[in-house]
Amino acid sequence: MEGLKESEANLVVYLHPSMAKCVNDAILRELSSLLFMYSETFDGVVLAYDPNVRSNLAKILPGIHPYLGVRLKAKLLLFSPKPNMLLEGEVVKISRQSIHAVILGFSSAVIADEDIRDEFKYKVKHGKEVFGSRHHKKHKIKVGTIIRFLVKSFDEEILHISGSLVAVHTGCARWLDTNLEEWSQADSTTRKRKDRDEKEQKIADDKMMANREMPFLKKDDRIKKLKKKRKEHT
Amino acid sequence: MGLELAPKQSHVLPDMEELSFTDSELDYHVRNALKAAVQGDRDFYNQLVAVMHHKERLVPEEVALLVTCLKGLTGAVSCMHIVHHRSLLAAIFGMSLWNYGTDVMDALVELLISLAASSGDYVDLCLEMIVSNFIPPSSSSSYFIELLKQPRGLAMKGQVLDRLHSTLKDIANLVPLSPLRLEKIVRDRMPNIYMKEPFIVIYVENMLKLESGAMHELVGSTMLVAIMDRLIDLDVEIAWDDILQDDFCKGIFDMELEDLEKTDYHVQQDGDELARESFIQRFLGGNLIAEKLDSLMVLTFEHLTSCSESGRLIQVFETLLYSFQKTVLTAYKSKFTQFVMFYACSLDPENCGKIFASTLLEIFVSSIYPEWRMSAVAYLASYLARAKFVSVSFVGATLESIVNWCYDYCKDQDGDVNPRAHKVFYAGCQGIMYVLCFRMRSMLSIPRLKSQLLLMHIENIIGHPLNPLQVCLPSIVEEFLRLAKANHVFTVPQTFVDYGLLESECSRAFGGVQRLDMFFPFDPCLLRKSDRYIRPNFVYWSMVRSTYNEDDEEEGTSVEDIADASENGMNIVDDGSARSFGEGFLDLDEFDTSLNKMSITPRDSSSKFGGGIRGFMQMPSRIRPSTSPESL
Repeated sequence: MEGLKESEANLVVYLHPSMAKCVNDAILRELSSLLFMYSETFDGVVLAYDPNVRSNLAKILPGIHPYLGVRLKAKLLLFSPKPNMLLEGEVVKISRQSIHAVILGFSSAVIADEDIRDEFKYKVKHGKEVFGSRHHKKHKIKVGTIIRFLVKSFDEEILHISGSLVAVHTGCARWLDTNLEEWSQADSTTRKRKDRDEKEQKIADDKMMANREMPFLKKDDRIKKLKKKRKEHT
Repeated sequence: MGLELAPKQSHVLPDMEELSFTDSELDYHVRNALKAAVQGDRDFYNQLVAVMHHKERLVPEEVALLVTCLKGLTGAVSCMHIVHHRSLLAAIFGMSLWNYGTDVMDALVELLISLAASSGDYVDLCLEMIVSNFIPPSSSSSYFIELLKQPRGLAMKGQVLDRLHSTLKDIANLVPLSPLRLEKIVRDRMPNIYMKEPFIVIYVENMLKLESGAMHELVGSTMLVAIMDRLIDLDVEIAWDDILQDDFCKGIFDMELEDLEKTDYHVQQDGDELARESFIQRFLGGNLIAEKLDSLMVLTFEHLTSCSESGRLIQVFETLLYSFQKTVLTAYKSKFTQFVMFYACSLDPENCGKIFASTLLEIFVSSIYPEWRMSAVAYLASYLARAKFVSVSFVGATLESIVNWCYDYCKDQDGDVNPRAHKVFYAGCQGIMYVLCFRMRSMLSIPRLKSQLLLMHIENIIGHPLNPLQVCLPSIVEEFLRLAKANHVFTVPQTFVDYGLLESECSRAFGGVQRLDMFFPFDPCLLRKSDRYIRPNFVYWSMVRSTYNEDDEEEGTSVEDIADASENGMNIVDDGSARSFGEGFLDLDEFDTSLNKMSITPRDSSSKFGGGIRGFMQMPSRIRPSTSPESL
């Protein structure tokens, strides 16, 4: 999975004088206030830190409250997804229009249906919603699957990722890993023909739906009866 | 239900004719409408916005139309744009679940979940909408206040709140960081103390639901702390210091609420009720703030009861204790909020009760702020004296710690009376005396505790040149000396054997501006509804005092034994059924004679407070043990 990196940062932590007795705790508390927030300086979301205070000396700032400036080096684990990075996350919700996943337990990702390639078809099987691949029966995406997807955009404030399953090397992570070799050797020409056929079908469907905007007079009576039935139910 | 859509060519505004569309077709049309709106063609888009604004008395077709539109929008959230579809979003977020039936509610919350999960821009807006739906819309507040008094209003409230909370849970599943933002939003939007009572109560009810719900680990403690803060805000607004000051300093042990009910044998029940009512009325009559505080405290008590039943009380208590130390302890003479702690301790005396006492002791002994220390020992003394569920041995042990501290303090002092300089010491001494006024008999009746009491350095403290008897509050000192004399326990310096030589100026000096010398936090609660929860676990002075009236009766101790036994871990059960008695239960004969000598009105307290779920067992049940023939 891309997007995770480790950095070394030189930091100065300013502590209130009342913390002078418990400097280590205070430093850890200050660093923990950085967690799960996107930081411009680090260019990423801080996930973990490992501080290393080098010396016992700290500079005292002049001012009303003489804050102590403690210098330290810290190793930081940062998460900074950029567009076109490949990420993995667990699916938590599937609907006809979208797949929702959670990355690393804290970041939410959504893949809208226009970003899901046509290979995947939405079905409801045994009451559960699934996106199944048309080409490979075993390639399924359902709630609990770990999926691999490309990043489209990243909202830094709420740590929300918008992703896409358009590229061919995206989908269910486990299936991709086990079937990688067979998949890359598969007959690419037959698959292209299948895709083209599906695209044509979809365009025909769209045209039909556009034509349906004008109501057919014949249907009115039947529909009025349907409406009456519904009224009785409510 | 469906809509007829205007074909773009002819610009005919759509009517509401009946056509059936499948879900996917509906999505398609709504998406087109949204996309078209971005381009500039806003016909259908405006129709959608207009549908969202329908809220008054919807006929079934309108309901169905609304539901359909909401469902269509749910499928089309990926096409929504926060700027171009501003008016639609504003219309959606302006809707209130309270105005609609369950169909629309369900569709609306589905839409909110979908919106929140689709883009980071909408998360805050969705959460804010849900939180503002915690209370009914303010535009029709009087309608809803009336409605909520009826059963169908309560049913509606249940429907709305259930949906809101399950929506929050669903959003949290999809957007894991949303609870962080939620707690901030809930805290910021908390109603101020001037909002109408039913609305504050519903909002706090929601906060408590969050505290016990799926997200309790994440947001629970913030909710509790915010609620305690609000309780203190209300508490501080109740202004009664001037009124109460005079009456209470005359005789702390003379007047308590309960006393007003017991005058003579023939007092009518109505008269009693009126007397109590008039007392409350005088201080808190028509006081809206007091009513709000009362309702909120009752909500909190109920919540604590349910926490206790589900085994979570300890964790909740930790948060309450933290909040207590931060806000209640430091507030200027909090009046009633501390009863939340009292009630929590009563639900779990072994754990919470002891933790509370030891925390207060710790603050008294080792905090660096003198006012907090004085406040803490006042709380501790009042708690030990008034909590029926605290065992006498625990009282003895804690008392010993306070005594030891005071003794260690005055050992090193050789100065004279100086109230201001030694205010913490005097506060400690006053606390000791206060506890002993309530508990002396019960402690003396158990031989082990009696010897422990006599071994404590109380005489050294009393006899020290710092002269706490002169400085502490006169009424307490008087009562303490009277008891000490009656029980032949402490040798008192000769000058104080006669009463009336006590000055009150000194106590004012050590009490300081805040008059911490007259601070008895767990004095009877004057809030009507809350008091019902507290009464079963509360020690009234009259209960204790009447047993002291027979100074020359040694057998009087047998009554205290029963008091003892009930304190030793037995809660007073309201059916008066057979109870076992613990240590110290002596002869039945002695007990019977003292029973006859007591001038206690056998009060039938069950009728006083309308019976209620907890029957209040006062003196009658305590002096009628199961072994006596009358009670069987």
